[in-house]
Amino acid sequence: MSDNTVFEPKIIAFLCKWTTYAAADLCGVSRMPYPSNISIISVNCTGEVTADMILSSLAKGADGILIGGCRPGHCRYEDGNLKGSNRVYLLKRVLKEFGVNPDRIREVGIAGAQGLIFQQAVEKFTADIRAFGPCPVMSNA
Amino acid sequence: MSRIGVFVCHCGMNIEETVDTRRVADTLKLYPGVVHAEDYDYMCSEIGQQKIRDVIVEHNLDGVVVASCTPAMHQETFRNAAEEAGLNRYRLEVANIREQVSWVHSDREVATQKAIRMARAAVEKVRGDDDLEAIAVDHETRCLVVGGGISGIQAAIDVANSGHKVILVEKDPSIGGHMAQLSVTFPTLDCAQCILTPRMVEASRHPNIELLTYSEVVKVAGFMGNYEVTIRKNPTYVDADKCNLCDKCSEVCPVGVKEEFNEGLSERKAIYLPFEQAIPSSYVLDENACLGVKPIRCGLCQDVCDVGAIDYDMAPEVITEKVGAIIVATGYDLYDPSHLTEYGGGKYPDVVTSLQFERMVHPSGPMKGQLRRPSDGRSVKSVAFVHCAGSRDPGRHKPYCSRICCTYTAKHALLFKKGVPDGVANVFYIDIRTDGKGYEEFAQGIISGKRVRYIRGKVAKVVDEGDHLTVWGADTLSGKRMEIDVDLVVLAMAMVPSEGTAELAKTLHINVDENGFLKEAHLKLRPVETTTAGVFIAGTAQGPKDIPDSVAQASAAAAKAIAILSADKLSHSPEVAAVDEQLCSGCGICASVCPYDAVKVERSGIAVVNEILCFGCGVCAASCPAGAIEIKNERHAQIEEMIGVALGSEK
Repeated sequence: MSDNTVFEPKIIAFLCKWTTYAAADLCGVSRMPYPSNISIISVNCTGEVTADMILSSLAKGADGILIGGCRPGHCRYEDGNLKGSNRVYLLKRVLKEFGVNPDRIREVGIAGAQGLIFQQAVEKFTADIRAFGPCPVMSNA
Repeated sequence: MSRIGVFVCHCGMNIEETVDTRRVADTLKLYPGVVHAEDYDYMCSEIGQQKIRDVIVEHNLDGVVVASCTPAMHQETFRNAAEEAGLNRYRLEVANIREQVSWVHSDREVATQKAIRMARAAVEKVRGDDDLEAIAVDHETRCLVVGGGISGIQAAIDVANSGHKVILVEKDPSIGGHMAQLSVTFPTLDCAQCILTPRMVEASRHPNIELLTYSEVVKVAGFMGNYEVTIRKNPTYVDADKCNLCDKCSEVCPVGVKEEFNEGLSERKAIYLPFEQAIPSSYVLDENACLGVKPIRCGLCQDVCDVGAIDYDMAPEVITEKVGAIIVATGYDLYDPSHLTEYGGGKYPDVVTSLQFERMVHPSGPMKGQLRRPSDGRSVKSVAFVHCAGSRDPGRHKPYCSRICCTYTAKHALLFKKGVPDGVANVFYIDIRTDGKGYEEFAQGIISGKRVRYIRGKVAKVVDEGDHLTVWGADTLSGKRMEIDVDLVVLAMAMVPSEGTAELAKTLHINVDENGFLKEAHLKLRPVETTTAGVFIAGTAQGPKDIPDSVAQASAAAAKAIAILSADKLSHSPEVAAVDEQLCSGCGICASVCPYDAVKVERSGIAVVNEILCFGCGVCAASCPAGAIEIKNERHAQIEEMIGVALGSEK
């Protein structure tokens, strides 16, 4: 990469198919554009997202991981979002020890009707990851 | 080696405009395991579906990817087609290249590359998919209807008439909803109660309907066909079967509070009859107003009750009921007029809401139909009706049109002129929107009759001058400033979701839209369904609408519910957890995180999944330290492959 090209980060998004994935669909239906850096993988629940999935995303070249589920208290599976959130919290602490900025992983809770909030979340996350630069997991590998 | 077919949809120009679908197909053709790839105008068309069927047979496919719109739209369509051609339906996956690519990205090269990555990721998913069979589940045959307004009543009667039992839950002491408060209904000027009360009676007498008034749904567990609902029956402190409506209790009651049914224009006692035609036909004791129930007993009402109907020891009762489907018809409230400070809403007594006006002109309302000013009781000779009070005002109030106000304001003006022929009716409007059958003719009849003065313009301010109100506005057609003195101002208030809608939505795991109304599964094509299977919505809880639309939607919701209730068996997604017995050590972490008690460690020392209870959330799969429990067709190995391909790694 030469110095004058803008760094285009790669972002993996694990989205709960009931809410944030639906918000992403609503963004599309409403023709609200957002950066194309994000690749969406639909999951049943953010409680399904494992540490392995996040780590292997980083190992395979992702610069940021967005995890989008239900807002607290709104989980379709009682509290899967919170269980997932606990896991992510621990993982972020471990990642920090290994020199990976834990802010490369972001959790959001967006309802299916909140297309605008999804758009803003993707714009903000992409900008933040762009500012962080390439993820050291890959550059050290 | 897998044999996967890939179909890339143009969706007319919706995808093709931004994504080079031919290139996506040509690139995928070279991808490992793909034996056929093509692009086509409309994959959802019969021709498109036939292509899928033909290629499955011709190439003996073991997997199909359709790169098209969101799976929420057509995954079922394509899976049906695949099944007809002999492919297991769970071996077809959709790559969402419309909502999540072509509609949100504009650079054709970038969008095409992304579409290629997403189609490849779907191929990786399909490669790991197994044949699955839907799980047949027994189900309940009763229906819960929440909300006893006209929508809930209609839905309950329709379901009950199909032979299914219905539990109709209403939070107020009587069913009837806002329609019971109305004077007459547009455009026919039918007396509202005359057309509503037969339905109320029918609902209450129907052998298949169990009426639970003064009750609330507090918890909902389970899933389509098998919901377990917890309902709290609040104490009325009056035995409805014994109450003979003698009114003695109310006569002696020393407490007066604002009467809800008359929109606060009159007072009722702490023990009261909600309204004359209330069902159940019984007095109720409002525990918040009563002096007696809580600390010290005043006891006057109990002393005068000849039939011993009053029981201060009545306690809330919590019951659980099993139902197969749920219809939510929780209705609307009016936007709080005190938000409209410039009009003196909620502050000036002679600035009233549209529902208050309904009560004021109602023959059995607080004024017995003789229109008088709430402040001084003087008869009303002039009125300013203000359209769009809180509606169509993005930023400050509600952005949407409340739909019924134009027509009912025309009705209000007409009723006023009928009662006060020499009175002056001024109607301030933005535009006239009378969209229902017969409404335009009705409103135009009143407008062109010239007895009502229609002024195109918003009211800027209302000032209470004591003996009259001064309305400042503008006539935007003549460009003149307006300043008129009136006796009464009627605000056509915006409709908002009824209080408690958000909490109920949360309880039911259904969504609300940006304005708080219950959100339908698809605005145009699935207007009474929600994203939770088996939960349906009807009436103004979904958005502002008139009575005919509410009733039609209620019947539609009932039809949807009946389809579930009358099914022989329901099918349940087979994408549930499965245990690899070789890997399971029986540690039981999966069982501890499962929200449904669907996993248990058996005596054999390994975890066993109850597939009927499992919903495939995958929390167990994420928690298992050995990777022994996974969701069928959403296995970690599949997701790992998808991640790699989505990030652009080549196979």
